[in-house]
Amino acid sequence: MTPLIFPFRFELLWSDALVWLLVLTAIGFAAYTRNHPHLRAPWARVARSASGMAAATVLAAFVLVGLLDSVHYRAALPPQGGKTAYATEVRSLLDRVLEPLRLTREKTYSAPLATHLYAKETVQGPDGSETRVFPRLRHGGAHLKDPQADWGRDVALKAFRGLAFGLLFWFVAVLGVCAVLARSPDSSIESTWREAWAGRTAVPWRAVFCAFGLMCVLIGPVVALAPYYHVLGTDKVGQDVLYQALKSIRTGLVIGTLATLVMLPFALVLGLMAGYFKGWIDDVIQYVYTTLSSIPGVLLIAAAVLMMQVYIENHAELFPTTEIRADIRLLALCVILGVTSWTGLCRLLRGEALKLREMEYIQAAHAFGVSHWRIMMRHITPNVMHIVMIALVMDFSGLVLAEAVLSYVGVGVDPSMISFGTMINSARLEMAREPMVWWSLAAAFMFMLTLVLAANLFADAVRDAFDPRLIVGGGRP
Amino acid sequence: MNKPLLKVVGLTTLIRGGSMPMRAVDGISFEIAAGETFALVGESGCGKSMTALSIMRLLPEAGEIAGGAVELAGEDLLVLPESRMRDVRGRRVAMIFQEPGLSLNPVMTVGAQIAEAVTRHTALTGAAVEARVLELLDAVRMPDARRRMTEYPFQMSGGMKQRVMIAIALACDPELLIADEPTTALDVTVQAQVLDLLRELQRSRGMAMLLITHDLGVVAQMAQQVAVMYAGEIIETAAVNAFFAGPAHPYSRKLFESLPDRAGRGKTLAAIRGTVPALTRQFAGCRFAERCDSALAHCADTIPAWGAVRDGQRAKCHLYGSDDRGLRIEERTAESCDEVRSSILTPQSSILRIEDLQVHFPIRKGLLQRIKGQVKAVDGVSLSIAPGRTLGLVGESGCGKTTVGKGLLRLVPPTGGQVLFDGVDLLTLDRSALRDRRRHAQIIFQDPYASLNPRVRIGDALEEGMLALGIGGGEEERALRINALLVEVGLAPDVKGRYPHEFSGGQRQRIAIARALSVEPQLIVCDEPTSALDVSVQAQILNLLKRLQREKGLAYLFISHNMAVVEYMADELAVMYLGRIVERGTVAEVLHDPKHPYTRALLAAVPVADPKAERPVIRVDGDLPSPVNPPQGCHFHPRCGVALPCCGSEYPDDHNFSVSHATRCHLYG
Amino acid sequence: MTGYIIRRLIYGLLVLVGVNVFTFALFFFVNSPDDMARAQLGAKRVTPEAVEKWKRERGYDKPLFLNEKMLGTAKVTNTVFFEKSARLFVFEFGASDQGRNIGYDISTRMWPSLAVQLPAFIIGLLVYISFALMMAFFRATYLDFWGVVLCVLMMSISGLFYIIGGQFIFGKLWNLVPISGYDTGFEAIKFLALPVLIGVISGIGGNARWYRTIFLEEISKDYVRTARAKGLSETRVLFRHVLQNAMIPILTGVVVVIPLLFMGALITESFFGIPGLGSYTIDAISQQDFAIVRVMVFLGSVLYIIGLILTDISYTLVDPRVRFS
Repeated sequence: MTPLIFPFRFELLWSDALVWLLVLTAIGFAAYTRNHPHLRAPWARVARSASGMAAATVLAAFVLVGLLDSVHYRAALPPQGGKTAYATEVRSLLDRVLEPLRLTREKTYSAPLATHLYAKETVQGPDGSETRVFPRLRHGGAHLKDPQADWGRDVALKAFRGLAFGLLFWFVAVLGVCAVLARSPDSSIESTWREAWAGRTAVPWRAVFCAFGLMCVLIGPVVALAPYYHVLGTDKVGQDVLYQALKSIRTGLVIGTLATLVMLPFALVLGLMAGYFKGWIDDVIQYVYTTLSSIPGVLLIAAAVLMMQVYIENHAELFPTTEIRADIRLLALCVILGVTSWTGLCRLLRGEALKLREMEYIQAAHAFGVSHWRIMMRHITPNVMHIVMIALVMDFSGLVLAEAVLSYVGVGVDPSMISFGTMINSARLEMAREPMVWWSLAAAFMFMLTLVLAANLFADAVRDAFDPRLIVGGGRP
Repeated sequence: MNKPLLKVVGLTTLIRGGSMPMRAVDGISFEIAAGETFALVGESGCGKSMTALSIMRLLPEAGEIAGGAVELAGEDLLVLPESRMRDVRGRRVAMIFQEPGLSLNPVMTVGAQIAEAVTRHTALTGAAVEARVLELLDAVRMPDARRRMTEYPFQMSGGMKQRVMIAIALACDPELLIADEPTTALDVTVQAQVLDLLRELQRSRGMAMLLITHDLGVVAQMAQQVAVMYAGEIIETAAVNAFFAGPAHPYSRKLFESLPDRAGRGKTLAAIRGTVPALTRQFAGCRFAERCDSALAHCADTIPAWGAVRDGQRAKCHLYGSDDRGLRIEERTAESCDEVRSSILTPQSSILRIEDLQVHFPIRKGLLQRIKGQVKAVDGVSLSIAPGRTLGLVGESGCGKTTVGKGLLRLVPPTGGQVLFDGVDLLTLDRSALRDRRRHAQIIFQDPYASLNPRVRIGDALEEGMLALGIGGGEEERALRINALLVEVGLAPDVKGRYPHEFSGGQRQRIAIARALSVEPQLIVCDEPTSALDVSVQAQILNLLKRLQREKGLAYLFISHNMAVVEYMADELAVMYLGRIVERGTVAEVLHDPKHPYTRALLAAVPVADPKAERPVIRVDGDLPSPVNPPQGCHFHPRCGVALPCCGSEYPDDHNFSVSHATRCHLYG
Repeated sequence: MTGYIIRRLIYGLLVLVGVNVFTFALFFFVNSPDDMARAQLGAKRVTPEAVEKWKRERGYDKPLFLNEKMLGTAKVTNTVFFEKSARLFVFEFGASDQGRNIGYDISTRMWPSLAVQLPAFIIGLLVYISFALMMAFFRATYLDFWGVVLCVLMMSISGLFYIIGGQFIFGKLWNLVPISGYDTGFEAIKFLALPVLIGVISGIGGNARWYRTIFLEEISKDYVRTARAKGLSETRVLFRHVLQNAMIPILTGVVVVIPLLFMGALITESFFGIPGLGSYTIDAISQQDFAIVRVMVFLGSVLYIIGLILTDISYTLVDPRVRFS
């Protein structure tokens, strides 16, 4: 194994910068929210929703993977002539963690947990005769002497050990949470534990524990098996599918968040200006977004991405490495997706600003001669932020799904970038193969479903908490 | 009393949601005899509407009837299966609601909506149904009924929509009609029409009526029996005459005392301190004890029983214990206060003079959106207000009174006229010059919930005006002034750091007043400042406004549709109709000797909280015409009972009766 | 009313001008025709002659807006903008970069698209509304709860998986229908059944949930209480009162897509090998045929604007408040 401390140089990709900026903003926003009761109240309502909190737990795991994958570096090459040179490949922390998966390439397809390739190969026997057999994998199950006999026992044992570790970890973590919750003098860890499991706490910890438990039960065995087997098999070029699925997470998260975020300032400023000033400003802004939104989304994206592709191809000198090129293309895709989702939010904000400008507190501000700028900043913007928040979380899952479709059409992320779309795209013909190769699609399906479902549930909780009208109507058993 | 038609026993209704269920109706009992009108009175949130919905079993989904019985002619409605209950609804018990505008299906003709109620419970078909619908529309005196049948609700005025609602309710001649605030959303002249209609229908059909209202005036006009509700309970029941002669429960008495009127001018209105207790909590004693002036020692910890007062009047109060410790009905006392100021003197000077103010809104139509007409919301209004005095501006909704208030502050752009403030015409000033004058005139609004930004702390809201206008000195000075302002309007200075949602409607209105005062104006436009508040809270706000006027010499332009409030507050009065002032004068002149037929009708339409009051019956027909297309000549002539031939051709000139009293009517030409 | 429609039409035309200018800028400013030629010709070392030839054959060698060499109106007409963009307004689509007649292609390929989209649209609408009405009728019961759960689950699945899964189960596993292909006449039904079914199923989650919200909002309104106070049954309240009012917001989202049905669905058509406009577009994108993409963008906007105007007209049918004002 390579030593843990190794010489490297950080490489801040554009999307990394935006991701970390987003993280910082979120932290700052959270700190600000803590001190403002009216901002805290809706988040407290989110925290009281069982499905929302369970979804948040799952999302947290995805975000963790995504963030690990957003710290990039170039490893130093073995020193030559006193000068340290760095590798041309940009790697992320996640790559480092997943090194056993990344480096263990097979020749081609292999089924999940398999020990042999999925395709027959001609092997020359010692006597010179040629036979067609399923050859052993280079890495998957390589430690087994006699796969036929040992495989089942080995897998079961490793999985069971992983499960046990997972459960232990879960138990310790839950106990830790209870200990933190039981800080007040009149409650003990034991009583908090009982309260939490009886569902009597304000925050539905039971749901969080269950979701977390489910994750531990699944992840434990995978972690135990991954160093020895390809848990989700390998694809056509022999790359580990689990590795691809984990790498896809960052792509999905980046597109899901940055696309809305990049265009947010435009939507906010233009929408509020149109609604507040009315008149010709409103006419112009309305014309712009009607024009943009009249072009069917996929076509607009396709056209823009095509143009961007041509631009990148013709200006190859601007993008020194594949990673940088793929990264810029990812960002450009975010911007293009933002342009198409921008108009909806802008229209919504315009409508809200139209309503707000007639509010009596704004009239009172006019009676004091308060400037338009100040009225916009102080009276209107804070009162539309809940819409922005809802739009952000509601758009997320749609964007993740859109990425898959666009990559399939060929106008998504760079083909060299691993994403759910590229995974599905390269695996789409495998269902027709005889015998069928199903694991790539299944892996993409499960990861996407989990991510999007969690995002949808969380978005529902946020919307219910921020839009009081829906609280009144939502009578669920 | 013979066998009652409706007997409610121990009805309890819970509203779920939140950690504790709210006991909106908490074990109330009452009886309604056949053919009788029974009024349930109380302030908002006391549970009176929930009572009605519980009887109909039409509670919102969060609501649940937790106990009790509702017997209609001996049959308990609460145990009926839903399908049988549907046969009762609309057939034996019918209901009309507060908001006629929202209570009708917007995409169905009114004829179809009435017909639906007819066919649901009768075997009529085809032409017979149509005939019945016509008959019903005639019964509710819908003009031009045959044409109206095919119209949609949005084509009708509020009053007509409420008539349609009544026609639906009458479709199957119910034994009991539940009317939930049937006229609250209507203008006073239309309210009078609808109340007349209801009373007549009830008498001619021998129908019992459960009338739910917050307006004691309506009760006095309509009901035979009355019950007062407070915090989910009925606390007093009586025959109407006995009740109005001497309300027994301290809460009922306070309700009467907090009603503003002219007799009380210059006196401080009685206000109830504190707020209604939350209905989620358990009560150990009398629910009113904390707010009661005559509370006894055991009021807080012993739940009072019903005590007889006299002839069937009963109150749930320890003052009327079963041992009958003697009647404690006090005469209605007027609290001591300063002298009634003379309202006959005409002002010497004026702080604000409005000359021929016009606010027109263009109507754009056609292909190129060309201006095809004007909504003349304000069409040539002249007024003047003296320092330290109050000018009341009254009129029905849509007459343009609010636009006058906003127009003179240039919150809506006036299209003509002059607003002379200290001799300077505000309408000709540019933005920065206007800003310098902004501090002299401020405004407070109707809706206390919309007038404070939910995202801005109280202290910051009060500071905004000072910052914008650059007054109030440095930061520390401003902080001191904010403290002083809050104390002045009766709030503690430490509320500065809080957000509006923590305050009740009355408290918010106090904050809005403090905000207006923060720049030390000489004039405040009060745009219906109390119409969204309950009477007891209204009394607090009116008292506050009076005190501030006395102490600071403020002038008020007091805009209201409520005659009683204006009577109490104003020195001079102007009556508006369709964008113009039809009569003005001192309060005494206009109210004692109204000249314009519209003023007379308006005054006659106001329900008075006295069942014995003898009042002239002057009813105006129809509704306020649209200001887009006002009638030729005198705007009022199509509705006027005494219109002359010339009224239809030319608008009348001013006719003066005294220095201050003038009207525009051809009767005095 | 007619004045209003005419005004909307003029505004729509104005929007189309905007779309036209915008697409032109996107296609000719971001990258010059030279860049596009190089991207098309592929290889890194392209001779300038090849680039010139490529441009000349496709008419990209002219000036963008103003041709100084020409006389009179030809100064304006003999330009890239006029030939490639302005002509779109009279539906002269010209030739694709591969030399195909785009107008002819569109006229033959829109019918297969419609054959998939129209049934999917109509059946889908019926299914979504019935499902949503059922959830609204049983609101606040377990039926409603699990209905919503199912909706959220279904809308969390990518459309690609519906197609792949559907092809696998119905085509490969059960052998009920051919996996892909197309035919004319009655034979087409067996090819259309699966795409239509999948089109309907993949939309259930989002649509049914959305309609349910609309229904619930209507149910909470005062006029519904009035209807109940008449003694009407819950079914009658739902069908006679709620449904009619809920149609107004539903129409906003639905009518606008009707004209776009001609455009087909990109993914569905390419998976099922249906020779419609959707697969046409996909092919154009993968072959980087800019002319076709440009035409499709314009056509999409035209259809969208027709949809907007249809929406305005449809309001007058269901909402008397619009009809009489």
